[in-house]
Amino acid sequence: MHEITLTVNGVVQQVAVPGRRLLSDCLRHDLGLTGTHVGCEHGVCGCCTVLLDGEPVRSCLVFAVGADGHEITTVEGLAAPDGTLSPVQRAFAECHGLQCGFCTPGFLCTVTALLRQNPAPTEEEVLEGVSGNLCRCTGYQNIVKSVHRAAEIMAEDR
Amino acid sequence: MTTKLFGEPVRRREDPRLLTGRGLYLDDLGAGALAAAFVRSPHAHARIRDIDVSAAIDVDGLLAIYTWEDLPGALAQPLPLLIPHPALTHGRTAHPLAREIVRHVGEPVVMVVARDRYLAEDACDLIRVDYEILKPVVGVEEATQSAQLVHADVPGNVGAHLVQEVPSASGRAVREIIESAPHTLAFRLDIERSASMPLEGRGVHARWDADDRSLRVHSSTQTSTSVRMAIAAKLGLPLPKVEVIAPDVGGGFGVKIVHPWPEEILVPWAAMTLGREVKWTEDRREHFTSSAHERAQVQFVRVGFDGDGRVLGLDVNILHDHGAYTPYGIIVPIITSTQLLGPYKIGAYRVEFSSIYTNTVQVTPYRGAGRPQAVFCMERTMDHIARHLGLDRTAVRAANFIQPDEFPYDQGLIFQDGRPLIYDSGDYPESLRMLKEMIGWDSFPEEKARAAAEGRTIGIGVGCYVEGTGVGPYEGGHVQVTSDGRVHVSTGLTSQGQGHETVFAQIAATELGVPLERISVVTGDTRRFGYAVGTFASRAAVMSGNAIALACRKVRDKALRVAADALEADPRDLEIVDGEVRVVGAPGASIPLATVAVLSNPLRYAFDEEAARATQFAGAGSSFDRPPVAPGEEPGLEGRDYYSPIRSTFASGMHAAIVETDPLTAEIRILRYAVVHDCGNLINPMIVEGQIHGGVAQGVGGALYERMVYDGHGQLLNASFMDFLMPYATEVPAVETAHLQTPSPLNPLGIKGAGEAGVIPVSAVIASAIEDAEGLVIDRMPISPSELFDLRRAAG
Ligand code: FES
Ligand code: FES
Repeated sequence: MHEITLTVNGVVQQVAVPGRRLLSDCLRHDLGLTGTHVGCEHGVCGCCTVLLDGEPVRSCLVFAVGADGHEITTVEGLAAPDGTLSPVQRAFAECHGLQCGFCTPGFLCTVTALLRQNPAPTEEEVLEGVSGNLCRCTGYQNIVKSVHRAAEIMAEDR
Repeated sequence: MTTKLFGEPVRRREDPRLLTGRGLYLDDLGAGALAAAFVRSPHAHARIRDIDVSAAIDVDGLLAIYTWEDLPGALAQPLPLLIPHPALTHGRTAHPLAREIVRHVGEPVVMVVARDRYLAEDACDLIRVDYEILKPVVGVEEATQSAQLVHADVPGNVGAHLVQEVPSASGRAVREIIESAPHTLAFRLDIERSASMPLEGRGVHARWDADDRSLRVHSSTQTSTSVRMAIAAKLGLPLPKVEVIAPDVGGGFGVKIVHPWPEEILVPWAAMTLGREVKWTEDRREHFTSSAHERAQVQFVRVGFDGDGRVLGLDVNILHDHGAYTPYGIIVPIITSTQLLGPYKIGAYRVEFSSIYTNTVQVTPYRGAGRPQAVFCMERTMDHIARHLGLDRTAVRAANFIQPDEFPYDQGLIFQDGRPLIYDSGDYPESLRMLKEMIGWDSFPEEKARAAAEGRTIGIGVGCYVEGTGVGPYEGGHVQVTSDGRVHVSTGLTSQGQGHETVFAQIAATELGVPLERISVVTGDTRRFGYAVGTFASRAAVMSGNAIALACRKVRDKALRVAADALEADPRDLEIVDGEVRVVGAPGASIPLATVAVLSNPLRYAFDEEAARATQFAGAGSSFDRPPVAPGEEPGLEGRDYYSPIRSTFASGMHAAIVETDPLTAEIRILRYAVVHDCGNLINPMIVEGQIHGGVAQGVGGALYERMVYDGHGQLLNASFMDFLMPYATEVPAVETAHLQTPSPLNPLGIKGAGEAGVIPVSAVIASAIEDAEGLVIDRMPISPSELFDLRRAAG
């Protein structure tokens, strides 16, 4: 067992994990943050994407011990503390960018990071940006629309 | 009216929950529950000689190891064959844990329960199963020729055989007509295996209450009521002591309609036996090798037609790969064989299928359920005819259309619901006109020539389909108005992300005249509604939607009756607007629905303000010569009703695509994709379009990427997302959509289903477009760039 410290959504959390525990399992089962989903456990679907020090990573490919001392944002940490949805979350709701919602937390984290780096992405850049995440429900065009809309909302908010 | 929400693109009410991580999917439940894991067969066909668990029993945190021999009573019997059919002469299902023989890689052999999943898998790794390997049967053609049998008592590996023939109006047999037709063609088509692949796999969580002797099970299922009945039957529990809830479910697409999955009865049984909460969450590899696939068929077609392309006779022989077992009967090949005719009036039709056992994962419906294969067959036939006669492909289709004034149109076949295949409504010529205009069909030759001048190869394709939707037997709805004016709607069928909460609320809001915010909807929870069939076959909106509307109408009638009393008005002069019952044309005279709910329920005890107004001492002046609850009435403002159709509705649509193929690499790119869609009246166009987008994406996967690659040993070589290719955002084109609405005369809301439409014709459309681009015949799907490259080479 390893004692590790993670700052998750701004809250410092201490947890004891075996060396082989995946970060996704640690977040979901040790910390109860079940918003992060697991669709494949082999790094392809992107459902488990969280932000590790602001960068999107697949939490099913990271051991929890490897995240020791780092900052993590999960889908639960995207909305403002008062519950106001983030621009990306709002855009997905507006554009029907989700159906079953299982892939959604991964997309939201990915897109949040994408727009932080590139606040006004082109169509190509959006496609490229979300091309590491699978969605089996939406057919993507509303997700792509959501990303553009999120960029717009962020620009309006500025 | 502010509350007329039917037909509006209302935003989904499920989204706030799902966007903030507050969805509750199966694996999100049961923190601290024990974990189950399974030892599964590594062989496609083998006899179990011995199972040695001795090395596993020391694993820390292990609670139990079970093999078939440990299973009691009905649990030790084969799983149910859900949909028997007289043509399924040799139906076979698996045992929950393998008994003696395993018949596909991934079949469960041993169940392990431990403190967590890691430890359960540790134990699985240490269990030694000694197998005597038997020769596997892989692929339908091999299966029909092989001396090897998947089931020792099923000769020729043929599980089912069915022939349906619709002779010509003159009574002449199909084959005779084809022989004497002015033109005849014969060809073979191949479609490979794919699978639903929801991003959330299957999962089960069970809690046994030993004091109450009751079981509560959550399952990521498409049919909670039937899982409940299966659990009660298999575990010998009284039905009222079992509750099954489908929580948020991360996609289903058909695979989660199969029930009970072995795990759906084994996990509850383990929870009962151990007296602890037990949970199983499937991993992705398990999903590939132990759930279900679909699509694989070989089709042999013979068609006779006249010089205008009118089909005089069509004869199709289908070999359907059923995998190792037939838990869901032969629904898939039945649908293929009966939906094949699409929007066309065929002179005479004969179809024959054989459903073949192979040592591969079982085959059960996947979104579209047999229709993509059917449409591939019919639309390839249309294209073959057009090429043979040198006619425009849409002209050949138009020559065969059923005309708008010919509905209801009887195709003369028996459909999957056991009822005559009679189309309710449609307008196929208009649909084609809209599609051609949208995609620019008539001007495409110039576009193609322009592209060719630039050295680019492009092609256009088209595909038409008719889809039997809203199959029975029934669904129900319950609607209750509580004294706070809130409306609680429940229905038994489940949701896997389609937006049922929203559309059912829209229906209730419209029927009851209540704002959407005051309506809550519960689906798939047997505690709230115990009678249901399930969510599949594009039936949810038609079945539960109409049932909820009917239940709302009952509630509305009662509300008007009660309010009429209170307002001293005639119920016929009343309307409900914005949650108020009003006298039409007299805005002053009104009473809130909340108050009507209070009035409808005479009480003895005053526990809050509303109740105080309803106690027997509050209604001074009410009549003393009748009981507080009048004969024939019930307390409360609620209603329940069921909708049971005489037969299916028939949605339809047409798709067209423009593709570009790379002259060097043979890469295939979809440039445009257009859909005209008719699902009758639209409840929520935004949601319908979302369903189409998602369906087309799955269709694109089926056309260009997805296939289950089995080797000769029955090993699935691509059982991971790394190797089974599903399209990402970069592979799926934007879909342009247009709606045609021919309301169904069969149900009160005039709706038809929309869940599967998007996926159905895609392979046919893409094949047609590639063929047009390349001038080659495409007779098998999916098609990869290297296969196209080989086709080019073969053609010289
Ligand atoms: S669960 Fe991590 S990428 Fe699929
Ligand atoms: S919304 Fe279901 S997987 Fe994306």
